[in-house]
Amino acid sequence: MDRNPFFFNHYGLTENDLERYLGAALSAGGDYADLYFEYLSSTSLSVDESMVKSASQGISAGCGIRVISGERTGYAYTDDLSPARILHAAKTAALIASGPAKTPSAGFQQKAARSLYPVTLPSVDAEITAKVELVMRGDVAARAYDPRIKEVRVSYSDELRNILVVGSDGTFAEDSQPLARLNVSCIAKNEKNSARGSSGGGGRVALDFFFGDKTPEYFAKEASRQAILQLDAREAPAGEMEVVLGPGWPGVLLHEAVGHGLEADFNRKQTSAFAGLIGKRVASEKCTVVDNGTMPWRRGSLNVDDEGNPTQENILIEKGILKGYLSDKLSARLMGVANTGNGRRESYEHIPMPRMTNTYMVAGDDDPEDILRSVKRGVYAVNFGGGQVDITNGKFVFSASEAYLIEDGKVTAPIRGATLIGNGPEALKHVSMVGNDLKLDEGIGTCGKDGQAVPVGVGMPTTKLDRMTVGGTARRDPGGFMQ
Amino acid sequence: MSLCPCGEMIFMPETTLEPQIETDLKSLAQDVVRRAMDAGATAAECVLREGDEFSTLVRLGQVEMLKEAGSKSIGVRVFNGKRAASTHSSDFSHEGLERMLNSALELAKITSEDPFAGIPEPDQLGSIAGDLDLYSPDVYSLPGEERIAYARRAEKAALDFDPRIKNSEGGSFEAATGHKILANSHGFVGEYRRSYCSVAAVPIAQDDNGAMQRDYWYSVSRNLGKLESPEQVGKVAAERALRRLGAHKVKTQHVPVILDPLVANSILQHIFEGVNGDSVYRGASFLAGKLGQKVASSNVTVIDDGTMIGGFGSSPFDGEGIPTRRTVVFDNGVLNSYLLNTYTAKKLGLKTTGNASRGLAGTPGIGPGNYFLQPGTKTPWQLIADVKEGLYVTEFLGMGVNLVTGDYSRGASGLWISGGELTYPVEEITVAGNLKDMFMNISEIANDLEFRGAIASPTIRIDGLTVGGE
Repeated sequence: MDRNPFFFNHYGLTENDLERYLGAALSAGGDYADLYFEYLSSTSLSVDESMVKSASQGISAGCGIRVISGERTGYAYTDDLSPARILHAAKTAALIASGPAKTPSAGFQQKAARSLYPVTLPSVDAEITAKVELVMRGDVAARAYDPRIKEVRVSYSDELRNILVVGSDGTFAEDSQPLARLNVSCIAKNEKNSARGSSGGGGRVALDFFFGDKTPEYFAKEASRQAILQLDAREAPAGEMEVVLGPGWPGVLLHEAVGHGLEADFNRKQTSAFAGLIGKRVASEKCTVVDNGTMPWRRGSLNVDDEGNPTQENILIEKGILKGYLSDKLSARLMGVANTGNGRRESYEHIPMPRMTNTYMVAGDDDPEDILRSVKRGVYAVNFGGGQVDITNGKFVFSASEAYLIEDGKVTAPIRGATLIGNGPEALKHVSMVGNDLKLDEGIGTCGKDGQAVPVGVGMPTTKLDRMTVGGTARRDPGGFMQ
Repeated sequence: MSLCPCGEMIFMPETTLEPQIETDLKSLAQDVVRRAMDAGATAAECVLREGDEFSTLVRLGQVEMLKEAGSKSIGVRVFNGKRAASTHSSDFSHEGLERMLNSALELAKITSEDPFAGIPEPDQLGSIAGDLDLYSPDVYSLPGEERIAYARRAEKAALDFDPRIKNSEGGSFEAATGHKILANSHGFVGEYRRSYCSVAAVPIAQDDNGAMQRDYWYSVSRNLGKLESPEQVGKVAAERALRRLGAHKVKTQHVPVILDPLVANSILQHIFEGVNGDSVYRGASFLAGKLGQKVASSNVTVIDDGTMIGGFGSSPFDGEGIPTRRTVVFDNGVLNSYLLNTYTAKKLGLKTTGNASRGLAGTPGIGPGNYFLQPGTKTPWQLIADVKEGLYVTEFLGMGVNLVTGDYSRGASGLWISGGELTYPVEEITVAGNLKDMFMNISEIANDLEFRGAIASPTIRIDGLTVGGE
């Protein structure tokens, strides 16, 4: 086998060891067991008040052992990779089952996997001085943008995650997953107001990414532009109205409105508002939504998921009809559906679950200019903070950090941050126009579920929703919504 | 998406860990500090954490998950004059520790000179005397089957409560213990242990139209004996899910808003973020520069107290080795004190309030002790009775809060108040305003303060907010 022998070299592991650990995991029966070895090295540094006040590096390594018996999961982990401790953890996880011991399948098979992030020098091993240069340049550029920019913080972080997943079904997968991110945030002040702006990006890339198009200056300019703009923002309107979402990061709408509700664990348990809706209309025919873990260099991409399966491109909604769920090994087996390669976990301390990768809406035919021109009175939202969803009743929110009024087809005044709220299985039925300008986000998303954080991506073309509730403060007057 | 407030769902089987060579972690931390100083650091600080966790989830009567584990990690912060850097590791081998130390010393050559950098002065260091009663080994005393039974009983109580409770995300029982050690080059060394256990239920109610609503309830304690009965937890969870059935939107309007204690808790967190020394010295909080000024309604007194016996936010010393204390943050509406660590105190020309929080990586942050809003005298029901038309909020969604401007806009659900009574459930609405006004418009504070974590609030009423809907 052609292997990245990281764990074999570092910890003297052999295939015999792996079989022995899996045997211990199945010593009380069970349908399946797997081992997840992880070695994570990370760097972070930031500049604040034009000083690099902190820099840190860390190493975290461990092994998580899972035993599945029917719908039951036993889990144990150890950060001590000595054979005695791994065997102890395996025996602990084994307690979920109660039956005669089983034997794991003999030998391992490694599936062919993509190479979506072939970096030669992982950023975590690159010279620290180059990273210092990045954050300092971001600071200088933000301050130079406008004298009203008063506070600037630039942070850079990267990691390299080496993983090895082996399963009692013969699964054998290794991957070396780089991840880097640069972020600029700033505060602008004038006589009356303060406002903040933030911009960042990255992906599963090497350090040279930030010396190409996506430089510290690029993010600094964008963060500063947002902060200055917000100094003069007006009150946002409140109530139902037409909403146009700009391309890129507003795709967080899809992540919250449909993505989480389509994770197979919730549908297996029938706790999602989308349960039982496969084949039904959940969006207008303009909408085709995809989760795609195979996009090169992307933050949400993976060669293999955290259960050792190759990721793939999965169509969630096709022309408005719900097509499928995002599954992992457990849900695929219990629901009798295909495994879509979406089993992910935060670290060796965590049990894998169905999770998104890069979630986006496929481009439509409309010219973005026409979309804006079609709106009499509404809101144009181009940048967002986070979002959240209650998957059981389907209600979701996402918070605009840069938005404008649309009046008589023209984008006019910037408005203050406002939360948009809707109902997952209904919201996308109001999509009436989809732009031809699909864009993915810059690579800053982190998704949280049951306390586990994983990097993800989102994307969206310019999209018009005929109706959505905007959570502003402005009182409505009879002629419109603004005073 | 995760809405379960009880942290990770955790459980544990009844094996005893095989004996491990008992290293004296306190000596190890001191040794790491000494090695850093020997290698040329001008000051150093070492933090060591170990912990065990157990969790179990029972769903529809069947055990769905059992998790058990222990972990240990170490971090070091070193100073090269006024330059600082930190590293951490889970590798306790000689080479692992050596690598961690060397990386820290190397990093401390490339960071900037910061005139305010440093560990606390020796005379500030110390630990409060007496037993804070933070550790009770009884959280692990239940045999495995009884732990599972706790989770099962909580879920069963919810499922049995009403035929409309038709599904469940389960009942859970968790237990955890943690051990923290801190040592620095001024000779400070301290340690403490804390324990935790919880029982929770997350039932799903369904009406005749098939529409589902989920809610939760939980009990948490440092001591198994003080945990509420699983039956009580399950019953409350069921009631909370049932009362949401049939929820709908309301028209956009301006009405008084009452926040239940769990939701009011988030307003206390915004105050915390606003007085956090990190945001204050950067001008990233609208409360910066407002010491001594009236920033909230006169009935608002907010206290941070890291010294409460058995408190969820208690500890004998903070993340830098400063004894914890009691600080009045808002005194009858006047901003009396920020919450600070050593660095932010120096930046602002003030004294630390003993609120340093220390993770493994990076510089110390700022964390709350037991942080709460002082209760009033009226019952929550009296607050509701005073409202003709208004919104009783039981859940907020999303993060639409901007501490720089105070802009506030969040998704909400709850119950509509009409004629002084809770009537029908509402959802898919927003609540918006500005925190500057909201603090001033906290018109009522009820008497129902109860700690379910380090931050706690009674029921409160806020006037002047916009409820966004149809």
